[in-house]
Amino acid sequence: MNRPALRKYVNPQYLSDLPEGPCYDAGHLVTVNAGWRTRKPVLDSEACTGCYICYMNCPEGVIFKSDGKVDIDYDFCKGCGICGNGCPKDAIVMIREGEA
Amino acid sequence: MGQRAFLCGNEAVAEGVRLSAPHVIAAYPITPQTVVVERLAEMVEDGSVKAEFMHVESEHSALSASMGASAVGARTFSSTSSQGLVYMAECLHYASGGRFPIVMMNANRSLALPWSIYGDHRDSMSLLDCGWIQVYTEDAQESLDMVLQAYAIAEHPEVLTPVMINLDGFVLTHTYELVDIPDWEQAREFLPPYETVNKLDFDAPKNMAFSSNPGNNLEFKLRQHRGMLRAKELIAETDGRFQSIFGRSYGGLTEAYRCDDAELIVVSVGSVTGTCRTVADELRNEGWKVGVLKIRFMRPFPEEEIIAALRNVKAVAVLDKDISFGYEGTVFTNVNSALSKAGAEILKLNFIGGLGGRDISKDHIREMYRRLQDGLDGIAQENVQYLGLGVAIDERG
Repeated sequence: MNRPALRKYVNPQYLSDLPEGPCYDAGHLVTVNAGWRTRKPVLDSEACTGCYICYMNCPEGVIFKSDGKVDIDYDFCKGCGICGNGCPKDAIVMIREGEA
Repeated sequence: MGQRAFLCGNEAVAEGVRLSAPHVIAAYPITPQTVVVERLAEMVEDGSVKAEFMHVESEHSALSASMGASAVGARTFSSTSSQGLVYMAECLHYASGGRFPIVMMNANRSLALPWSIYGDHRDSMSLLDCGWIQVYTEDAQESLDMVLQAYAIAEHPEVLTPVMINLDGFVLTHTYELVDIPDWEQAREFLPPYETVNKLDFDAPKNMAFSSNPGNNLEFKLRQHRGMLRAKELIAETDGRFQSIFGRSYGGLTEAYRCDDAELIVVSVGSVTGTCRTVADELRNEGWKVGVLKIRFMRPFPEEEIIAALRNVKAVAVLDKDISFGYEGTVFTNVNSALSKAGAEILKLNFIGGLGGRDISKDHIREMYRRLQDGLDGIAQENVQYLGLGVAIDERG
């Protein structure tokens, strides 16, 4: 997997620091984008078998594996709940933001 | 060596496009541009142009498709006229802002209403601010040659700006002349393939045609503006390179005719310039000190060239085949702005003529020079006058 990493935004100092036209390297992430979320998916790693259907279903591409375990990038998760809805083991539950 | 053929303006443009080796052609036929689309469709059919010909359902789609093709790095051609051009208006801004170096021919034609299929400059002049380089050609040979030059200018990495090649509807699109068709190998030497990093590419993915916030929109627009200004330097340079390969030259942004010691000058755009030169020759023989300044490029605007050519003359008539309702002719506004900035104290009159295909005759052009002399002789002149007006202007009109 080749997930784009969050980078620090550097203010351009010169006109030539801007790209020639509105075209730039894809995946240039400079801000997190999670503010829309009212509920967040929480993974029960005991119940999770690592089948990765959630990864296939996630429209935001925020699910990844770390040390062989499924994890969620909350910086970019929009809280849609599709991951939990499609989980065959019901290993992902949606929890209201701020409650957990 | 290439070959010579008897071609109309539309066919000459089609030959220029063939020699430019485009990857994609997306155009919708409209009078008086139809022939260029027909010829290109035939060339794609017989294999002499190895391009994808996209059959689109409108001009808006034609230019949208052209942008899509340009976004994968394809050399792209379109063409339109009049109502089709204004139907593209949204996409014209999109293409220039996106820095897609599309080349498009426009057959200059009147805008409705009243409906008219005949020529004037109201279509393209009303879109001067859409961010496209605008060149106006005078004959079929220049039209062919400018297609090759247009790609060289548009695709320059410091320009990346689309070019609109304007041909007077019917007068230029439909009249035939002997045209030199350049050799394929020479065309390759002049115009290398289009290379850009601004393209959809699986190996180097790009975020294209994105938004901006108020914090950086001005900077993007300034870069776009500077790209157009860079084209100013490149236009003459490109023409010089063209001359060294093909032996023909059109000069830079303007072309001055007998202006050196002239006192009265007519400023013209497009094919009517030929008639202006003929009248200037006749008047010269009669002892008048007259000249003609042809504006080839309306954008980028040749401010310095106009100032240099006109600052020491006594009077200037600007011939507009357009009208900006509620003010004056658009060419006049631009020329007047340049001369005013130079502080030149010159009598400047605006003549609006040729609307909806009305002929501009030698008599009309004589009348412009005569009005300038009258003005210098102290006979009051209206700032905006109308050539060949068939009726008298009355209070109730």
